[in-house]
Amino acid sequence: MSYLDLDNLSKSFKDDKIISNLNAKIEKGEFFVVFGPSGSGKTVLLRLLSGIMMADSGEIKMDNQIINELHPEERDVSMAFQNFALYPHMKAYENIASPLRAKNKNMPENEIHEKVNEIANLLKIGHVLNQFPKELSNGQKQRTSLARSLVDKPSVVLLDDPLRNVDAKIRFEMRLELPKVLKEFNTTVIYITQDFREAMALGDRIAVLYDGKFNDIDSPKNIYQNPSSLTTAKLFGDPTINNFDATIKKQDGFVEVDVNGEIFNLKRNTKIQDGKCIVGIRPEDIVLSNDHSENSIEVEFRTKTPLNLRIVFLVRLKNGLELLCSTTEEESHLIDENKKMYISFIEEKSHFFDIETKRNLE
Amino acid sequence: MSINVWSILKFFAYVAIIMFFLFPIAWIFNMSFMTNDEILRKVPVLFYEPTFKNYIGLWEGEIAIEGFATMYVYFKQNLINSAILSVGSVSVTLLLGVPAAYAFARYKFKGGEDIAFTLLSFRFAPALLIILPLNLYFSEIGLYDSYFALIWVYQLITLPLLLWIVRGYFEDISPDIEYAYRLDGHSWFQSFWKISIPLAKPGIAAASLLCFIYAWNNFVFALILGSSQIQPVTVGALAFITASAIPYGLIACGIVVSVLPTLILALFIQKYLVQGLSLGAIKG
Repeated sequence: MSYLDLDNLSKSFKDDKIISNLNAKIEKGEFFVVFGPSGSGKTVLLRLLSGIMMADSGEIKMDNQIINELHPEERDVSMAFQNFALYPHMKAYENIASPLRAKNKNMPENEIHEKVNEIANLLKIGHVLNQFPKELSNGQKQRTSLARSLVDKPSVVLLDDPLRNVDAKIRFEMRLELPKVLKEFNTTVIYITQDFREAMALGDRIAVLYDGKFNDIDSPKNIYQNPSSLTTAKLFGDPTINNFDATIKKQDGFVEVDVNGEIFNLKRNTKIQDGKCIVGIRPEDIVLSNDHSENSIEVEFRTKTPLNLRIVFLVRLKNGLELLCSTTEEESHLIDENKKMYISFIEEKSHFFDIETKRNLE
Repeated sequence: MSINVWSILKFFAYVAIIMFFLFPIAWIFNMSFMTNDEILRKVPVLFYEPTFKNYIGLWEGEIAIEGFATMYVYFKQNLINSAILSVGSVSVTLLLGVPAAYAFARYKFKGGEDIAFTLLSFRFAPALLIILPLNLYFSEIGLYDSYFALIWVYQLITLPLLLWIVRGYFEDISPDIEYAYRLDGHSWFQSFWKISIPLAKPGIAAASLLCFIYAWNNFVFALILGSSQIQPVTVGALAFITASAIPYGLIACGIVVSVLPTLILALFIQKYLVQGLSLGAIKG
């Protein structure tokens, strides 16, 4: 039985459907990442879970109890806000102590002191507890806000893109530290981000949110390698996946792909029907070479640019189709752009999507 | 060299500006320590022997002016009335206005904007326009000449003022801060009391000060709707002018005393006003 159960959750503002019939089952202690483009309703979803907003319909069950109608203070849920939402008139210490004081009215001062210092030291902000939020750096504010959400060891922690407003160095540090800290508390984490790298680095599972519902819920590896639709495939990957319309025909042991008269073969098995579809292939799954081989296609070099320690080439097929190929820097040195260039596909990594629904056909 | 000329010119400009604003006040302050004869001298004197006669007379309620009969004033009672009316009005305004301002800032409800604007529009109407009907109503329902009635009418001036100023301050507080406090496990009321009010305190302080000044300085309502029993200093000062004499020293003295409470309050509230400026600077 799952710990947190979202059942047909819906929320709209006027005629704007933000969340519609969203379902998910989240296990206890899981690091559950909600990933989606901006405006997809990630924050709204978190607000429904925290009780800041009420769902129009559907149920939220926590530990088998329906918590839809509970006010935020009645749910065993804490949250770190994207904008930190620290109390400006209280010192960092009081900010962190706030959940302790609220939930256990009779907690002795020395116990509060102990707990606040424990979490502060864990998050390396022990030395700034005596400062007001305005005196803290962004990284320290963000850690204070995290400390506040963790200090009372809540069953569920909601993290609303907590690394969005901090600089790159702290973001990277926190990406490493956060899972370690959270594991120590054994709480269920729902983490929102719109950075697919962050999602893949942190999540036990990733839920991909767009069109008001979770379109994929799976491990990072599965989502990347086997996206349920072209839209999901496009969201994961930089540069984004190449996609083009093609007509395919199954042959014995390979698939014949016809792109505007340019025909090439993919040596792989598939259960899909012959006919029109969208072929998707990631830039890093295309091999560039100056040498012709059995299944390679001649392309014309257009331009290249470095991206994240890799080199991205833009090449053009004879029929005008343009593709992005990404190679490591070393590989790129082996390629002479002035000579003839050929591409071939890492065949098992190609995807076929329905031309109408964009669903993955396999 | 030219810099020196400029700075000298600037210095005189400052002096002129300060003189323009402070001279009347300084002169009145001076007058309050003079006898009528000294004030009415054809060539004004700068050096004189200060006398506390005016202040003593004001306190005791009777003063003998040279060449005239003894005058009786009720200034002490007027001062008490002013205090009751102003403190009462500001208290009622705070009690009603702060929650209302919060509601207008946070909740979108049907007709909310219209109600807020209607409240503001009370300030557009000239007092003289509404005072006659009010006078009739109040006589009818037996409210004429009561503190309660005046405090009620003062709300027309103070409530919209506080509501619109404090509403803006509440709007500036990120709702997420309040939500965060509730997620910590505090009730709605606790978040209102411990988060919203303290963060809007500079606005509330500034608005209260303004309300106090408006209430303290009000003249027309108190003149028409109350007898001398409940009239504040603004109206009471009229009694100084009699057919037989105009005791300028006494009037000046009354002005000095009636300005003092507002001045002290402003100095006291100043630190909250400054705090407001510095809190705003760290938002975001």
